[in-house]
Amino acid sequence: MSRPGFVLEVDERTPPLLIHQGEGFRLEGLPLGSKVIYPPDSLPGIRDVNAAIRHALLHPHGMEPLPELLKPGMKLTIAFDDISIPLPQMQTPDIRQRILEHVLELAARKGVDDVELVAANALHRRMTPSELKRAVGERVFRAFFPEHLRNHDAEDKANLVNLGKTDHGEDVELNKRAVESDLLIYVNINLTAMSGGPKSVSVGLASYNSLRHHHNSHTLKHSRSFNDPPNSAMHHSYNRMADLLGGHVKVFTIETTMNNEPFPSAMSFLNKREWEWNLKDQASYLAVKRGNDMLPPKMRRKLWQSSYAPYGVTGINAGAPSQVHPLTLQKVHQQQRVEVNGQSDVGIFGVPFICPYNVNSIMNPILVTSMGLGYQFNMYLNQPIVRKGGVGIFYHPMPNEFHPVHHPSYIDFFEEVLAETTDPAQLEAKYEKQFATDEWYIHLYRNSYAYHGVHPFYMWYWAAHAMDHLGDVIFVGADRRTAGRLGFRTASTLGDALEMAKHTVGSSPEISYLHMPPLTLADVR
Amino acid sequence: MILALEYHRSPARYLATRTATGTKLGGRMAGLIAGNMAPLRLTNKAEPRRPGDDWTRLKPLLSGICGSDLGLLNGRNSPYLTPMISMPFTPGHEIVAETMDELPGLPKGSRVVMDPVLSCGPRGVEPCMWCATGRQSRCDHVTGGSVSAGLQTGFCADTGGGWSRQLVAHASQLHRVPDELSNERAVLVEPIACAVHSVRRVHVPAGASVLLIGAGTVGLFTLLALREFTQAGPIYVVAKHGHQRARAKELGATEVFEPKRAPRALRRATGGSLQHPEIGDEFLLGGADIAFECTGGAAGLSTALRLVRAGGTVVVSGMPNSGVDLTPLWYRELNLVGAYASDHGGPGALGDDVPNAAEEKVRADGRGGDFAEAISLAAGAPLDGYVDAVYPLSRWRDAIGHAFAAGRLGTVKVAFDPGQQ
Repeated sequence: MSRPGFVLEVDERTPPLLIHQGEGFRLEGLPLGSKVIYPPDSLPGIRDVNAAIRHALLHPHGMEPLPELLKPGMKLTIAFDDISIPLPQMQTPDIRQRILEHVLELAARKGVDDVELVAANALHRRMTPSELKRAVGERVFRAFFPEHLRNHDAEDKANLVNLGKTDHGEDVELNKRAVESDLLIYVNINLTAMSGGPKSVSVGLASYNSLRHHHNSHTLKHSRSFNDPPNSAMHHSYNRMADLLGGHVKVFTIETTMNNEPFPSAMSFLNKREWEWNLKDQASYLAVKRGNDMLPPKMRRKLWQSSYAPYGVTGINAGAPSQVHPLTLQKVHQQQRVEVNGQSDVGIFGVPFICPYNVNSIMNPILVTSMGLGYQFNMYLNQPIVRKGGVGIFYHPMPNEFHPVHHPSYIDFFEEVLAETTDPAQLEAKYEKQFATDEWYIHLYRNSYAYHGVHPFYMWYWAAHAMDHLGDVIFVGADRRTAGRLGFRTASTLGDALEMAKHTVGSSPEISYLHMPPLTLADVR
Repeated sequence: MILALEYHRSPARYLATRTATGTKLGGRMAGLIAGNMAPLRLTNKAEPRRPGDDWTRLKPLLSGICGSDLGLLNGRNSPYLTPMISMPFTPGHEIVAETMDELPGLPKGSRVVMDPVLSCGPRGVEPCMWCATGRQSRCDHVTGGSVSAGLQTGFCADTGGGWSRQLVAHASQLHRVPDELSNERAVLVEPIACAVHSVRRVHVPAGASVLLIGAGTVGLFTLLALREFTQAGPIYVVAKHGHQRARAKELGATEVFEPKRAPRALRRATGGSLQHPEIGDEFLLGGADIAFECTGGAAGLSTALRLVRAGGTVVVSGMPNSGVDLTPLWYRELNLVGAYASDHGGPGALGDDVPNAAEEKVRADGRGGDFAEAISLAAGAPLDGYVDAVYPLSRWRDAIGHAFAAGRLGTVKVAFDPGQQ
C-alpha cells in the first residue's frame, strides 16, 4: 500500500531538502515553519501489462469491444501521443508500442488493411525516425514507416478538414485522414490531469486555425488551473470541440497512466523523502551531485536526456473518451494529489531538466518559464499554493541557450518580442499571427524538426495565469540578463530571494515548497 | 609658421601600427596605439602657399576626424590609394573655415565648407571627361596639375589640411555657409554630402527595403539622405551601440538591429529563409532590396552581401579596408556599387542604369549638387549633439583616442578646433 502524499512542516530536525534546478539539483535548508508538499508514494505498476491491455480492449467503457469495431475494408487510423510525454522518456518497451502491437494484431486478424499510424504532434516538432521507432517499437516501425507511420502535419492544407465551428465560434480543423476514417483509435499516455480526454484528438491532430481558440492568453489566464479540467477555460473549449468532432468520427480512446518513478535506480534517491535516505542514498547523492557538477554542460545534458524513466503503468482504460477519461483522472489524482491547507505568501518550485518540449533538446529560457510558471505553478486544484499577489521563487540556471534546429522561432521570440513586451496579451496581439504565418518557420516545421513558429507564444501564454497571479517572480541561480529579458528578478541564494521578496510579502512570509518531480498535484483548500 | 598635425612617411611606424591594431585587443586599443605609434606629429611648419589667384587661404574653425583618417592612422587603409597621396601632408578634409583672401563672389572672411576633392578645376588642367560633366569625384587627374598628388585636401602635401591653423583651397571647392548654420553643423556638411552622393548612386524604387550596415557618421547620414531623397520603404539599420540605435530611430529607421542579431531580425522583417553554412556566417535567401555598407570593415561588407536579396544591390559607402568572400555576389547575382565622396550631380549621378528622363525629373524638382543638398540638410535635420567632442590640436592624441572609441563613448563626430589653445 503506497503512502499518501502529505505536507511536512519544516522544523529543527528537518534535513536540507532536495530542489531541482535544471540539469542539476541542490539541498536547501528551508526556513522553519515552511510547508513542503510531497506527492503520494509511487503506486505499484501493473504486473502483467499485456494482459491489462487485452482486458481494456476487450472490455471497453461505453463502446463495443475493439474486435467488434474492426471490419475488413474499413479505414483505420491510429493516433498516438508524441514525444512530449511521458517525461522523461520511459524505458522501453514504451507503453505505446505495447498497445499498438495489440491493436494492430487485432486489426490484422479482422482483415483491416487500410491502417495509418499518426503521431499526434500538433504544432510540436516532428519526431525523428529513431524517436518514432523508440515509441512504436522496432516491429511496428519496420512494418509501417515511412508510408503509413507519419507525423501529423498541421500545415498540410490538403490533408486537413474543417468540421465547422463550435457554438462558441471555434473552428475545428483536424487531420483529414483521421476524421475521414471509419474508426480513429487514440493511444494516450496521461502523465498529468491536463492531458487526455477531449484534448487528445482536438489538440494533437489539429491545425493552428483550431488551436488558436484555446491556446491564447485569455483562455490560459482563465484556466485555474489547467490541471483542473472543470475549472479550466482551455478544457471547456476542448470539450466543445470534442462534442463537434464526435458527430463526425468514431473515436476509440486508450488511456494509460504512469506511476511516480521518473528516475532510474542509480538516482532513486530523487524519488525518496530526504529524511528516509539511507547511507547508500546519501552516498549516491554526493557522488551524482559532484560528478554532475563537474561535467561539461553538453555531456551533462546528454546524460540527463538519456536517463529513461522506469515508469510502471498504473492504469489502462479504453472506450468512449467521455467515459474513459474520468477513470484516468481518478488514477492521476490517486498518484499525485495531496491536500494542502491554505495558501502561502511564497511558493517555491524547482524547475527540473525536462519539460514536454525539450526532449533530446535544450530547455531554453522560454521553456523554463513555461515549465516553472506554467506547468509547475498550475499543479493545483481549487487554488494556487501561493496567494494572489504572493511571490514565486523558482530554481533554474536559465542560460541564454536555444536549440537552433528545434526552436528557431523561440530565438526570435526571445530577441525581438520579449525585448518589446512580456505582457502575454500585448505580444499576442502584435506578433502571434506574424510568427504563426511565417513561411520559413512553417517550412522548418514541415521539413526540418522545428516547433511551429507560434509555439513560443503558447509557452508564454502557459505562464499567463501565474504572471497575473504572482506579485513577484524570482529565479534563484539564474542568468541575470536572461531572466531580466523575461521580466524576472534573480537571486543567488534562497536567503537573498526571501530578502528581495520582503517588499511584497513582508519579513515573515508563509512558505510552501511544491516538492517535484515526481509530480505533485496540490489540492489547496 | 603654423601649428599643424603632419602625417609623414615612416614605414616602420606604419607597419608597427598596422600590426599592433590587427589583433582583437589591439583593435580595442586602437586609439591608444595609433596615438603613440602612427606616423603623425604635431609640428610648426610653413604656411601652404596659394597655387594661384583662384585659391584662398583658409582658417579652419572646426575640422572633423573621419573614418578614413582613422584608417590612415591605424594602417588599415588600402595601399591602393598611395599613388593618390603626397607626403608629408596634413590630414583633415571635413572643414568649416573662414576665407583669408578675396575671391570673386566670396569676400575675405566668408564662412565656408569645402568639397575636398582635388579634381581638374583646382589642379588647373583641362577637365577630364568626369569633371567636364560634373562628376568630380571620379576625376582622372588627381595626380597631376599645379598641386601635388592627392585625391583630396587632407591627403595632399601642397594644400595643407584641416588639422592645422591654415590651409589653401580652390574657389571651386568652396561653398558658403548660411549665417544661421552653426559651425558644429557646418562641419558635418562634407560627410552629409558623401551620404547624399551614395544614396544618389543607385535608384531606390519607392517602397524598396533598405539595409544600412553601421550607424556611425556615414550610416546615420546615409539614413538621413535616404529619407530625404528617396521614397524607400522600410529602412533597417544595423547598429552596434545604444546611442546609435536611438539616433537611427530618430532619423527614421524602421527597425534597428544589433549586429549579431541582424540576419535573424532581417529575415523576420523581410521574409525568406536563414541559411547556415558549415563554415562561416549565416545568410539569407531573401533579404533587403538594397544595402549600404557604411562601416568600411570587411565584416560589414560581408554582412551586406549576405543579407541582400538575389538581384539586389550593395552600395559600398565606407572606405573598404580588406577583402571578403564574394560568393554571394556571384551566386545571388548582386550589383556592387561604389560611392566615393561627392559631386555636382552630372549625368549618371543617379546611377548609370537610371534613364535620363528620371534623372531630369529629379533635376526639375530642384535638386542640386551633393554639397548644396548637404548644406540644406545640415540646417534642417535633428543633428544637435552630433559634434560633442572638440579638441585643440595640442590634445591630438586624446582626440584620436576619442574618435577611435566614439561609438562606445556615445559620440558621433569628434572634431578639432585648431584655433583653440
